Amino acid sequence: MAFKIVTSQCTVCGACEFECPNAAIRFRKGAYVIDPALCTECEGQFAAPQCASICPVPNTCVPA
Amino acid sequence: MSSPLIPLSGLKIATRKEMGQGGCSASSCGSKAGPDDMDPATWAKVKDHPCYSEEAHHYFARMHVAVAPACNIQCNYCNRKYDCANESRPGVVSERLTPDQAARKVLAVAAEVPQLSVLGIAGPGDAAYDWKRTKSTFEQVAERLPDIRLCLSSNGLALPDRVDEIVSMNIDHVTITINAIDPEIGQHIYPWVFFQGARHTGIEAATILRDRQLLALEMLTARGVLVKVNSVLIPGINDEHLIEVNKAVKARGAFLHNIMPLISDPAHGTHFGLTGQRGPTGAELKKVQDACAGGANLMRHCRQCRADAVGLLGEDRGQEFTLDKLPEVIEDAPEAREAYRVWVAEERRDRAAAAAAAEAVVPAAETPTLFAVCTRGSGRINLHFGYATEFQIYEADADGIRFVGHRRADNYCLGGHGDSERMEEILRVLADVPYVLCAKIGDGPRKRLAAAGIEAIDSLGQDYIETAIAAVLEARTARTGRDAARRA
Repeated sequence: MAFKIVTSQCTVCGACEFECPNAAIRFRKGAYVIDPALCTECEGQFAAPQCASICPVPNTCVPA
Repeated sequence: MSSPLIPLSGLKIATRKEMGQGGCSASSCGSKAGPDDMDPATWAKVKDHPCYSEEAHHYFARMHVAVAPACNIQCNYCNRKYDCANESRPGVVSERLTPDQAARKVLAVAAEVPQLSVLGIAGPGDAAYDWKRTKSTFEQVAERLPDIRLCLSSNGLALPDRVDEIVSMNIDHVTITINAIDPEIGQHIYPWVFFQGARHTGIEAATILRDRQLLALEMLTARGVLVKVNSVLIPGINDEHLIEVNKAVKARGAFLHNIMPLISDPAHGTHFGLTGQRGPTGAELKKVQDACAGGANLMRHCRQCRADAVGLLGEDRGQEFTLDKLPEVIEDAPEAREAYRVWVAEERRDRAAAAAAAEAVVPAAETPTLFAVCTRGSGRINLHFGYATEFQIYEADADGIRFVGHRRADNYCLGGHGDSERMEEILRVLADVPYVLCAKIGDGPRKRLAAAGIEAIDSLGQDYIETAIAAVLEARTARTGRDAARRA
């Protein structure tokens, strides 16, 4: 149960990194990646996953 | 980079003697806000800021650094994937910088460009939302270059949370983009906003955004921060409504209102571009601007520059200062900036005197006359026609001589085609302008302008703009008088 970032569509703005309540998103080798071990899909924390809610590109933060 | 001081002779600024005294015998400028039009504290804040003072934009340069790419809203005129080196419009950059890289770039530019007075952070992204990067950049620059003013631009949503820090960091110029105060209209401009952990859409999104924007405006003006409000004019969506926006922001203390045209093209990949929403014509823009008379002061000299622009408004030296071109060791040259500011102070006094003198002798023209001016700054006619990528438009009538806007005819607009297309574009943008004033012009272009009914005048090169305009009008009046006498 985790989200992933579609790197080819990502604008690398970093907004998801700010908003992730689990510090699961890191910038590595020029791309943002979600650590599936830390991602909770914001279950119990927010009504919707924060990364997908702030991401400017549709269908870029999606279920892994 | 061994010499910390850049001699003024290297700046391509002639001494005032070399330029002549500009003929304090002529010219004017009624409407441009100067020291006589505002309180001394406000004038001190804006006098070196090219975006806040039309008068200052003849002398001072700004630079933007793109350090804050994250944004908390989506606008229908924005596509953050877009990046083009030849494009000149807001939100476009060639390279994004970390705060450390940005600080280095600012130091390099300050050492090379003594006209530099302002550092702005204006996207792509939102400077107040992506605050950690914005703040780190400003802190590093403030420490190394205390004489450079800091400003930022924001959609306003996160701004109320940053007011205390903005004040404590001496950021005394903030721009908020407000395109609507009626959420019924705002919902057609903003598909969503992200606020307090959730994405909001529709009227709710537009209401949240509007409330936060007006709150930020009130909070900032209450703390003495000068706030400029930008509005994008979108025909059929908010054109008439911007008059209401103008009143609302004036009532809340906005210092300046900048109504600028939507730039829209399918190639930009924006919602508006893809759905065929057009930008306004020059006449439509002027109509809305004119309808705001009596409200918040309007900015008419905005160039809608790139988010990594460097230089005087209307020029962009950004490509000279990309990361790979920055020197290893950067030595600041504060003396050069100080020397330049002293020079500007003298030059301004001369220009003001020349303008007043010109205004006094301008013949009372029956109808307003437009002039297209080729200038690279200092309020003088000092640019070859062939190098002009834009024209500053001045209007002269019985009320005096004033700057009314600029018209672009740069290569981008033409898709990079040759001189022939460029000339076509110039003739198109200057269709209602009978005179072009420039430092020099070739015979070919002169004839093509003449064929279109536009007289090119290069005999007044280096004069102050107002001085030259008054001289042209005086000569015309004298000629008309002689013709009348001959007919009689």
